[in-house]
Amino acid sequence: MSAASAGSPQAVPDTLAQRMQPCIACHGKEGRATQEGFFPRIAGKPAGYLYNQLDNFRSGRRAYPTMTYFVEQMSDAYLHEIADHFAALDLPYAPPQTVGAAADELARGEALVRQGDAAHGVPACAQCHGATMTGVLPAIPGLLGLPRGYLVEQFGAWRTGQRKALAPDCMARVATMLTPTDITAVATWLSSQPAAVGPAPAASLARPLPLTCGSVPP
Amino acid sequence: MRMRLSWPRLVLALALLIALAAALVAWLNVRGEDALTGFADSFAATPEQVARGAYLARAGNCAACHTDRGGAAYAGGKGIATPFGTVYASNLTPDARTGIGSWSAAQFWRALHNGRSADGHLLYPAFPYPNFTEITRTDADALFAFLRSQVPVAQANRVHALRFPYNLQASLAVWRALFFTPGVYEPQPAQSPQWNRGAYLVRALGHCAACHSPRNAFGATRDSLELSGGLIPLQNWYAPSLTSSAEAGVADWSDAEVAALLKTGFTPRGAALGPMAEVVFRSTQYLDDADVAAMTAFLKSLPQAPAHRAATPAIGKEAFAHGAALYEDHCASCHGASGEGGRSPQGVVYAPLAGNRKVLLESPANLIHIVVNGGFPPTTAGNPRPYGMPPFGPSLKDEEIAVLSTYVRAAWGNAAPAVSALDVLEGR
Repeated sequence: MSAASAGSPQAVPDTLAQRMQPCIACHGKEGRATQEGFFPRIAGKPAGYLYNQLDNFRSGRRAYPTMTYFVEQMSDAYLHEIADHFAALDLPYAPPQTVGAAADELARGEALVRQGDAAHGVPACAQCHGATMTGVLPAIPGLLGLPRGYLVEQFGAWRTGQRKALAPDCMARVATMLTPTDITAVATWLSSQPAAVGPAPAASLARPLPLTCGSVPP
Repeated sequence: MRMRLSWPRLVLALALLIALAAALVAWLNVRGEDALTGFADSFAATPEQVARGAYLARAGNCAACHTDRGGAAYAGGKGIATPFGTVYASNLTPDARTGIGSWSAAQFWRALHNGRSADGHLLYPAFPYPNFTEITRTDADALFAFLRSQVPVAQANRVHALRFPYNLQASLAVWRALFFTPGVYEPQPAQSPQWNRGAYLVRALGHCAACHSPRNAFGATRDSLELSGGLIPLQNWYAPSLTSSAEAGVADWSDAEVAALLKTGFTPRGAALGPMAEVVFRSTQYLDDADVAAMTAFLKSLPQAPAHRAATPAIGKEAFAHGAALYEDHCASCHGASGEGGRSPQGVVYAPLAGNRKVLLESPANLIHIVVNGGFPPTTAGNPRPYGMPPFGPSLKDEEIAVLSTYVRAAWGNAAPAVSALDVLEGR
């Protein structure tokens, strides 16, 4: 007797959440990220940002073998549906990963995030990523709830050309303006912040972007 | 000893031998070539040819190698890793300087049919001309017409990064003398036109043998073992045999099941994953129903070797229980408590593992690949929202993946050799 006829198949739901089981292996339950580890939260990020990243992996602008392997045989329509799915999740954040960082590093980080560094032409993170750092629709990501190591590595990847965005790549420009010390200060401060209640992205930018970004529609 | 050769004579004899061998190799490299002047060089493509060429380019999956990730269509640049080094696909856009804009149709035909470039240099068989040699001149001209209709992209070809001596044209000439013969597809009169069409698509354009046939130490596929399965170099994927009902032979499948695999990348028996997902995504999903039916007819007719199963070692009670526990924790919610698969209201979406040929392949390479890396079948018109398999490489240790894989290969009536932690390490 064929073993396959032993039983009738297990019932599974016809939902996108079920289809996206592979994602939570790294990004945590429902894509909300885990308190330890490297992988970024994807739940609640603007759909335009998530789609851009999926397309970046598919097109080689970002390099992470597992992500490339997952999306390289996916249609645009499916990538949009996946992005919309995770963007629509409104889930509580885990407590911040970084605790007890040095006060002067936190101060430098906060200054860069809120005011930038005018002397070196560095815009403030808040100018683009929203005053509460929770991103701006449709394509600018929030920066809270991301592991420090992930943040530092992204800056490194932009500086070395390992991570790119659609041209003109504004974050690559910002990353090259910052010193390594500044980068770790920013990552330390961001990863120390508890997320605000109701951490939805802002609906629109308060002011025009200080740089031109190919990934953000004008 | 009466035979005594003087040094000058010995040298002369050696030189003569070498010259003869070189002449033989040279002759073997150009035999069967048409004279380039034998064809009209003014090539005027018809719209029908361009449209036909677009279809054939998909059937031959030219873009898989000649379009780089994120690069311009057919502009080349993608590196193909081989055991001999990396071969970079060339620019097929009609740019006059860096592409094939200055090629004649006859030169393009010679590249496909004889494996020689426009300037005469020998092409590496990572470009599968041992298969493409059987493409008809009519199809070659249509492909040429299509490629000439593309937007020209100025992108110089990258120099191959091959190790000595594989980087020498002389070595390649010897390889070709030994392993390559230009050919044409000879229709088998005893078979139907449909079968012959399918054989042509599988053997020539589809170049299925490039993965599904074993290769010798020199990287050549062996005709006598055509489609009997092969380990894809450097990828840790095994392209299973199409001539064995224990592997990927489809002699006992229905026509509809074979068509579903080629058109949608999914059947209730299992999905196309890894390299085959790419083939379905870029190539076979676009084939028309007649061509899919033709491939199906040919593939179903392939003689099926009797199932050869290695003896299954008995598994200790403890390891079996450990595997069962891991299965219960990580696999059962989708594949069912007894490996019976998973079904949504739309139908089967997770393959049954009981009796699953992918699971039972003698080489555990694909099973390890799938457990470690997970994956999605391709999105296709027939399966636009595929379910995926999570990667367990990040969360399970090699030993755990080995125990789990061994359990899946031994439970519910399955019987396949155990998987060791070393197998998993090699497969990661």
